[in-house]
Amino acid sequence: MPGRVLSTAGIEFRIALRNRWVAVGAAMMVLFSLVLSAAGAGASGLAADPLSVIVASLVSLAVYLVPLIALLISFDAVAGEAERGTLQLDLTYPLSRSELLMGKLLAQLAVVILAVLAGYAAAAAMAFGAGGADAAAGLGALWRLTWTSALLGAAFLSLGHAMSCVARRASGAAALVIGLWLVMIVLYDLGLLAAVMADNGGAFTTRVFPWALVLNPADAFRLFNLAASQAVDAASGLAGAANSIAIWKPLTSLLLWPVLAAALARLSFARVQP
Amino acid sequence: MTILALTDLTKRFGKQTALDAVSLDISPGERVALLGHNGAGKSTMMKLILGLLTPDGGTVQIAGHPPGSAVARSLTAYLPENAAFHPSLTGREMLRHYLRLRGQDPRGADALLEKVGLGDAGGRRIGGYSKGMRQRVGLAQALIGTPRLMVLDEPTTGLDPISRRDFYALLDELAERGAAILLSSHALSELEARTDRIVVLAQSRMVAQGTLADLRRAATLPLTVHLAARAGQGAALAQAFPEAQAEGDRLILACPQEDKLTVLERIAARRDLIADFDLSSPTLDDLYAQISGRENGRAA
Repeated sequence: MPGRVLSTAGIEFRIALRNRWVAVGAAMMVLFSLVLSAAGAGASGLAADPLSVIVASLVSLAVYLVPLIALLISFDAVAGEAERGTLQLDLTYPLSRSELLMGKLLAQLAVVILAVLAGYAAAAAMAFGAGGADAAAGLGALWRLTWTSALLGAAFLSLGHAMSCVARRASGAAALVIGLWLVMIVLYDLGLLAAVMADNGGAFTTRVFPWALVLNPADAFRLFNLAASQAVDAASGLAGAANSIAIWKPLTSLLLWPVLAAALARLSFARVQP
Repeated sequence: MTILALTDLTKRFGKQTALDAVSLDISPGERVALLGHNGAGKSTMMKLILGLLTPDGGTVQIAGHPPGSAVARSLTAYLPENAAFHPSLTGREMLRHYLRLRGQDPRGADALLEKVGLGDAGGRRIGGYSKGMRQRVGLAQALIGTPRLMVLDEPTTGLDPISRRDFYALLDELAERGAAILLSSHALSELEARTDRIVVLAQSRMVAQGTLADLRRAATLPLTVHLAARAGQGAALAQAFPEAQAEGDRLILACPQEDKLTVLERIAARRDLIADFDLSSPTLDDLYAQISGRENGRAA
């Protein structure tokens, strides 16, 4: 079984390399990281070390970009193969649907991790360049950001696979993942914000709101990184909430999401008749 | 012993019946051609055999195992119709992958490419291959290991006549080694009589089965006689052969096999009216049109 999964992953990774997904993902992360680091370097009045400050702003970058990259890489996984006619061939091989999905997930996760590493390394280089050895104090925060980004990416890759199975056609899957990204990353927070303002400190704000934040993997990612970091981004609207929620809750959410999303993808895949 | 056994196999999509109670056995070394129009149920039948679809009635067994099971998959090779392998990969990479999936040594890829005539193209990306070359990649993956059952969906589309002959030579070799082969086609003339048995599907049902000779005998197709009249004798000729149909300045006459001599005598008797005549036997395509058309007529 590992041989078949690894072979599938190897093929997928090669495709991602040649389709320039690896290059485009890494370039996107590096570019945005550098822009943010340059902008963040201006606000140097904070007590924290320069790397921790940059990590805090990278969190709000990653929360948009990592899911976006993950969804863009993954939407074609099943629908594209179904369209090309290779899915039905693959499924006549001694290769289970789980193995096929796992292979694709592994390869695409490697692409996301490479992109994230490239971006964060560029940001770290900027921090060390500006702050010298002081920046070393922020390495813990940077490492935390890196592995949580991988978890966030894994969750959205599997969500992309699920959309790919539901849509059947690659063009439909592309539309679905863009919609999913808008709802989960942008509208979800806007909706919560509106609800909190309307509620004006009532039961929703104290009881439902913290859970609503933890349940969304993107918000859990933001909460965990901000709460764990000493350099709370003052500009973040979540700063208050981050302090009032026990840190294990967003961490559990972050760990569970990749598993649940993979299960969801597998269930959707079971309904696909090639 | 049978490799593939279908019993009353039925598949419905909603109200539409895609395959209606088809039974068929294939033994090792036997080459069976599945013939039918587009939508006659060929692909549905193949997908049921491969376990890609589940039947609504009847059973499929591959050497006694259910389709789609691990054993059945390891015994079966499949060539899909128009499989478009990923254009970014090379032929060699694709085959190495498929070899690994079957638990075989990936170093066998070059030998397989050589066998289907892609020895030089293995290092190039599939995106740059011609249609025929892509079809050969599909064929190469179907040759991996020693499949006991080969399911080939329209394997010769996109192949030029020489490649097609090579392909049938390859099938002979596989059949000699004991593989049971089921291949589909939409034209009888494509098969080049290189199959042991022909199964004709029409309107989701099996309407004929047998060797080419069996089918010919059963069909009792008439010969076609073309008559050309001498100048100015068109009307007289039409009177002499009232059963003939006019097509341009020629007359076309259907002649049952047993009346061949009678018709020839009539032609000889009226040589004063006839400038030329032609006698043609039914082609394979005529035969096929009759077998599947007969069924259409009954259903309508």
